[in-house]
Amino acid sequence: MTRHIERQIGNLKEKIQRVGTIVEEAISKSISAVINRDVQLAQRVLANDEAIDRMEVEVEEECLKILALYQPVAADLRFVVAVLKINNDLERMGDLAKNIAKRVAQLEGAGPIELPPEIRTMAMQAEEMVRECLAAVIDGDPVLARRIREQDDVVDAARQKVRKRILAGIQEHPENVEALLRVNSITKHIERIADMATNVAEDVIYMVEGDIVRHRPDD
Amino acid sequence: MSIPPSADPSAQGPPVGGSPDRLAVVAAGGQVPAEVHERVRQTPAVLEIDRFNLWYGVKQALHEITMPIPYGKVTALVGPSGCGKSTLLRSVNRLNDLVPSVRISGEMRLNGDPIYDKRMDVIELRKRMGMVFQRPNPFPMSIYENVVYALRIDGESRRAVLDEVCEKSLRGAALWDEAKDRLGESALGLSGGQQQRLCIARAIAAEPEVLLLDEPCSALDPIATGKIEDLVQELRGRYSVLMVTHNMQQASRSSDYTAFMYLGRLIEYGPTTDIFTKPVLRETEAYVTGRFG
Repeated sequence: MTRHIERQIGNLKEKIQRVGTIVEEAISKSISAVINRDVQLAQRVLANDEAIDRMEVEVEEECLKILALYQPVAADLRFVVAVLKINNDLERMGDLAKNIAKRVAQLEGAGPIELPPEIRTMAMQAEEMVRECLAAVIDGDPVLARRIREQDDVVDAARQKVRKRILAGIQEHPENVEALLRVNSITKHIERIADMATNVAEDVIYMVEGDIVRHRPDD
Repeated sequence: MSIPPSADPSAQGPPVGGSPDRLAVVAAGGQVPAEVHERVRQTPAVLEIDRFNLWYGVKQALHEITMPIPYGKVTALVGPSGCGKSTLLRSVNRLNDLVPSVRISGEMRLNGDPIYDKRMDVIELRKRMGMVFQRPNPFPMSIYENVVYALRIDGESRRAVLDEVCEKSLRGAALWDEAKDRLGESALGLSGGQQQRLCIARAIAAEPEVLLLDEPCSALDPIATGKIEDLVQELRGRYSVLMVTHNMQQASRSSDYTAFMYLGRLIEYGPTTDIFTKPVLRETEAYVTGRFG
């Protein structure tokens, strides 16, 4: 016989997986919209944000219910607490995808701006991190989680390169300043998404091993 | 999305350090080394249990128990029924001496004095430890006389001393406000929860070196239980408490250290916060989360 709390935790796991899926999709679409300058796709991302918000609230309510009714301890407690935080991070990732999508819409009509090639690399890396952090959550995989933390540096480095290119671009074509600032803001959002994936990875390490590794880059 | 299908939620993160299955080894009659956290070893001990074994006839009920009981702290013994936690508690003040078939080996020391030494006077030993049982057992006399009982049998008759100890003990047991106007009334007229606090007052009146609590709340309703748990919190620091409990939440709320026992063995023993948030052994994890036991 499965215990009640195990069923609740199983449901919670399915729910957070659903939030993860929909957020991952939003990120992937928003990045694709940037690269292909696809405004329609960007609009779809914007329209879907409300669903993410709704699901986030649902997951939070579920966590609070389990805490109040079952008073979980040890692995159960760590799972519920980690999900509470991961849920929050996923929702913020969803917001970042929305922000990216907004910029795509704003870029329309800005004329042909060449996107720095590193954006693509950076975006792919960030997407990979998001995919992997969700897999780490579902599998409770601290090895994968640690790998994700390392990847964040790659994204940060790419972001610096993109920034330099944008600054150079502004100096070369001051008339494009507004559009280029929007591109800059898109890369900033992508970088933040990678940061959030790193947070999620750190929560997975806590969930599995019970150690809080945040602010301890070497662990 | 490329996430693999959801794994069994119960497979969520076994903590590191668990051998294949200590509990299965124990169930097969084997011995496993106890996981005693460093922080327990570092705390000064009021009571030391050292390679203690106990048999009821041919059946061994305790196996090689070695554990220090920290001074001035609350230590909870948890484990499924039959794990030996009550037997261990009763061995501390030699209540098991009263069971004819009991045989022991190993040592226990109370503040350095060997409890099972031939020269140890058992009555004196029990005066140094207070014990509170599952069911409140007030003596059929007044509240006042219950509290000062230990002093009376020690020959204390000065009213001022008795009054002072009575008030101090009842205050210590969080019963003073409820009992101060009825000290002369029979203790049997108190509610179950009040009777249990009276028993704690009676135990602490003798200024024991260790207070032994054997499932002190198992016969009480939730409100009375809450009061006893609050009281145990209050006692921490002033008394060294060793408590047996079936109630996990009680252990997690009331104790500083928790020892998990299984089939007469000590399995894991550490600070309560660690045992209930990140135990070292997955066997302990399985027990505290209710997946086993």
